[in-house]
Amino acid sequence: MILNLLIAGFGGQGVLFMGKAAAETAMLTGKEVSWLPSYGPEMRGGTANCSVCIDDKPISCPLITEPETLAVLNGPSFDKFIGAVKPGGRAFIDSSLIQKKTGRADIAAFYIPAATLAEEAGMKGLGNIVMLGAIAKETGFAPLETLEEAIRAVVPASKSALIDANIRALHLGYGYGG
Amino acid sequence: MAKKYLMKGNEAMAEAALRAHCRHFFGYPITPQTEVAAYMAKRMPKLGGTYLQAESEIAAVNMVLGAAAAGVRAMTSSSSPGISLKTEGISYIAASDLPALIVNVMRGGPGLGGIQPSQSDYWQATKAPGHGDAQLLVYAPSSVQEMVDLTIRAFETAERYRMPAMLLADGMLGQMMEPVTFPDEVPLPADKPWALTGTKEQRDPNIVNSLYLTPSQLEAIVKDRFKRYELVKAREVLFEEYRMDGAEIVLVAYGATARICKAAVDAAREEGIPAGLFRPVTLWPFPEKELSAISGKAGQMLVVEMSMGQMVEDVRLAANGRCPVSFYGRTGGMIPSPGEIAAEIRKLAGMKGVD
Repeated sequence: MILNLLIAGFGGQGVLFMGKAAAETAMLTGKEVSWLPSYGPEMRGGTANCSVCIDDKPISCPLITEPETLAVLNGPSFDKFIGAVKPGGRAFIDSSLIQKKTGRADIAAFYIPAATLAEEAGMKGLGNIVMLGAIAKETGFAPLETLEEAIRAVVPASKSALIDANIRALHLGYGYGG
Repeated sequence: MAKKYLMKGNEAMAEAALRAHCRHFFGYPITPQTEVAAYMAKRMPKLGGTYLQAESEIAAVNMVLGAAAAGVRAMTSSSSPGISLKTEGISYIAASDLPALIVNVMRGGPGLGGIQPSQSDYWQATKAPGHGDAQLLVYAPSSVQEMVDLTIRAFETAERYRMPAMLLADGMLGQMMEPVTFPDEVPLPADKPWALTGTKEQRDPNIVNSLYLTPSQLEAIVKDRFKRYELVKAREVLFEEYRMDGAEIVLVAYGATARICKAAVDAAREEGIPAGLFRPVTLWPFPEKELSAISGKAGQMLVVEMSMGQMVEDVRLAANGRCPVSFYGRTGGMIPSPGEIAAEIRKLAGMKGVD
């Protein structure tokens, strides 16, 4: 498995879009990929999550219950999933929205104030893409140029004006701290 | 190379139906297949076709009956409780010898059940898609690409044998995205000399009917239809074998569950357990002969389903006592993990030779 990524947050934070951008990126690099959203009642309660699997082999199970890589964009998702991360795995935590820190020593935790970084750069609401940039940098799952190409492909034509902002957000996350 | 699209199973299947020249869709929304209707609503009018949200599932399936009688490619889609409502119409379509596509994106049951993925409508699809002596062609995709390929195939096969076909998917396949490609061109449907297109006073009227009050006549018609079913059984069986070389523990699974089983088979093989997977792609006709042959060679079989055990009965019939057939299942919308299936394989490997 090249990347086994569970993304979770509130509905409206662009959790599903962030996953779709990652999946599109993987498709462009010729990898096997699957994207599976939550569509249960929890979605109606305001939280959303999606599983993205990227591999050289066909994806057997697109549902991720024990992520190797977790991205959480709100407190409830942190509480729900941080314990499920595989030992040796990674957690990307939006520290501008989640005040807690994990006590787990067997995973690598990255605290990235993605929402604040986006807002300060005049791109309010693009914390998800900032986070995606940070994940790409840390995991190296695809080159930055391919991510840019994927963003151009997945931003709907009706919102094409937002492509530049999304790409800037991507760079912002990619270049953050490290 | 054909262009790859990252699409949801439901949307890819809808696009495949359009590329297969289906221009008549009648539906009613229900989770987890609503994207099919949404996609059709957007695309169908642009292609000059008919998208219609009916007042109920029952109305929708009877509109399919009407459109199919007129000789056009028509379809409806729903999920488990909605399919139950359609069964009367499906029986009428089968009894009228009409080709049509019915899609079931299965969710947990019985009753309203839940909205998460399930495979608990196997019995309904393969044994009793409606009342009376009748069968449906039943295709069980295991990937988004197969949602595309089998949709096209279902239309074509249904027309060849003049019988309804069902695409039996589940919530996971419907909701997930994977890269897919579409064929450049799908052949146009063949002429249908039996269709109700108006005689223009040039020929005798065609009749599409399912009512026969004379028992001998009805018996003759049903027997005739069953001769066609025998042809379908001989020609249309589809299946896939995975790591079956020297497999002593043979998993049997279809649809989304089969892909999870592949990972379990890989894990078992890594531990030196000779496991393999047999995946029926058509559930009716069922790959009975193939499974029967395997049961003579394999030490044992393990059927895995997202149900309490439905297909396992057909596997046992095919094995006919030649090898033990055990079952592992999750239900209610729970998806088995590769790990828990691998644990089941390990248990069986340990049991070998004990009795």
